[in-house]
Amino acid sequence: MEKREMRAVYAQTLIELAKTNEDIVILDADLMHANGAFAFAKAYPERSFNVGVAEANMVGVAAGLSSVGKIPFASTFGSFAGRRDYDQFFISANYARLNVKLVGTDPGVTAKYNGGTHMPFEDLALMRAIPKLVILEPSDPVSLGKLIRKSASYYGCVYLRMQRSPASVLYPESEEFEFGRAKVLREGSDAVLFALGSVMVNESLAAAETLATEGIRAAVVDMVSLKPLDVETVVAQAGKTGRVVTCENGQASGGLSSAVAEAILESGVRAGFARIGVKDEFGEVGTVEYLMERYALRAQDIAAAVRSLA
Amino acid sequence: MLAAQSLELRKDILSLIKRANGGHTGGCLSSIDILVGLYFHALRIDPAMPRDPGRDRFVMSKGHSAEGLYCVLAKAGFFPALVLEQYGRFDSTLYGHPTMNVPGVEMPTGALGHGLAVGVGMALAAKRDGASYRTFVLMGDGEQAEGSVWEAAMAGSHYGLDNLVGIVDYNGLQISGKVDDVMRLSPLGDRWAAFGWKVVQIDGNDMGQVIGALDSVPAKAGSPTLILARTIKGKGVSFIENQVAWHHKVPTDEQYAQAMRELDTAIASAREARV
Repeated sequence: MEKREMRAVYAQTLIELAKTNEDIVILDADLMHANGAFAFAKAYPERSFNVGVAEANMVGVAAGLSSVGKIPFASTFGSFAGRRDYDQFFISANYARLNVKLVGTDPGVTAKYNGGTHMPFEDLALMRAIPKLVILEPSDPVSLGKLIRKSASYYGCVYLRMQRSPASVLYPESEEFEFGRAKVLREGSDAVLFALGSVMVNESLAAAETLATEGIRAAVVDMVSLKPLDVETVVAQAGKTGRVVTCENGQASGGLSSAVAEAILESGVRAGFARIGVKDEFGEVGTVEYLMERYALRAQDIAAAVRSLA
Repeated sequence: MLAAQSLELRKDILSLIKRANGGHTGGCLSSIDILVGLYFHALRIDPAMPRDPGRDRFVMSKGHSAEGLYCVLAKAGFFPALVLEQYGRFDSTLYGHPTMNVPGVEMPTGALGHGLAVGVGMALAAKRDGASYRTFVLMGDGEQAEGSVWEAAMAGSHYGLDNLVGIVDYNGLQISGKVDDVMRLSPLGDRWAAFGWKVVQIDGNDMGQVIGALDSVPAKAGSPTLILARTIKGKGVSFIENQVAWHHKVPTDEQYAQAMRELDTAIASAREARV
């Protein structure tokens, strides 16, 4: 399967947008070389602000830029996007009803050797608690590009959780994406895997393949958007299959698993339920493969979770 | 007659706080001369066009002094004075800290340490766009303990934002005691200067000095200006001045009557002196 570097898509999409929209600006807290924003800074130096290692200030400045009509995309590691600037993002951006796009890179285990201090397992839970905020985690380069464009044309705050390393292309270039609209990547009648982000969507697809060889037909849904959540698809799939597994690259509480559980319980539909994700632990150091085994995020773990619901 | 205006507004503030049975009395009274200097002299704003893109920006980072800001905004014509009577009621748009629901308010504040970074963003956009509006941010002195103030201070001088003016209401007291006892700020002026700001020290309760400082910005081309305004917490009412307990105390009926008498006397003198 073709792979493309996600950070290159991020920078290229913003460079394209900036050609016709002079209000697009970027901010960064000295990680431009890591997350790809550097390419934008080279193309538009006068619209790029590296505020130094000061994430809270980055978001405060972004709010100020937004209040006078700019469309700021502010990026840093997801760990810092969630924790270091939460108060500024909450009050100066979201409560102020401004238009700040916050990009958190290196989600979950993709932080690899940076270890526990840099491994965002908690960002989705934190962000979900901010009213009206749109939370996106694109699963592939095509959806990333499309969702950046949607975010730029939408007035309001967005948290974009983005893997920066290469990711497999899952969608044709013509595919369109909406906030709060999930994509059913694979139909199935025996179980449904609700997955978020590149790592977990790909693992879920692999798990569904394995299960198919055992005669278990598992649907795979790329959630795309954690908030708003596609409640209609969640409830329909849960009702149809009766077995639900949520798959997220982070704490399996407060984020996707909680959102899906809330939607299903409130709907009155009854289904078996299991969570794939980090179970109340801090991050560690290792390769993505090692960490996925360590936290039981692999396709085989997902398949086992489905079987446990039988 | 701006000094008389400030005294009138002190009466409005105390009436508001008395009626609502709550508010940040001391800090409102220390900072009101600065607000009057801004809204009735320095700021290029038109209350009829509160979202005019070319307007000067003012961010009340010390959002606790919301009562002072609300009284000034009403007096300036951003909303009818009648709206002030809703302050503190459940259905009111006037919260204990400013929100975007109030005409004339640029940012929701009160979680301290947020305003200056926002001001940096506003000023940065003006520089990049060649816009002529200026940005003013009023901070408290207790607020100076927030690290985010200093992150923004660094950015303000780094980007050479001489269209940005920070003002510190340096009344020396905060909720639990003297600022220098809680977390030492001295030498505050030297600290701002070391962060690359041109510091202007004034008596922030002397209208002439307030106006003079606001008229002289930028104090240095290429640098942001920091007006270090020495003030008296509770200024204008004898028994409230310099009392830690009056951070957010509400006057009794007797105290309220006495405060009004003191302010009326001061207003009469100010009118006579035409200040």
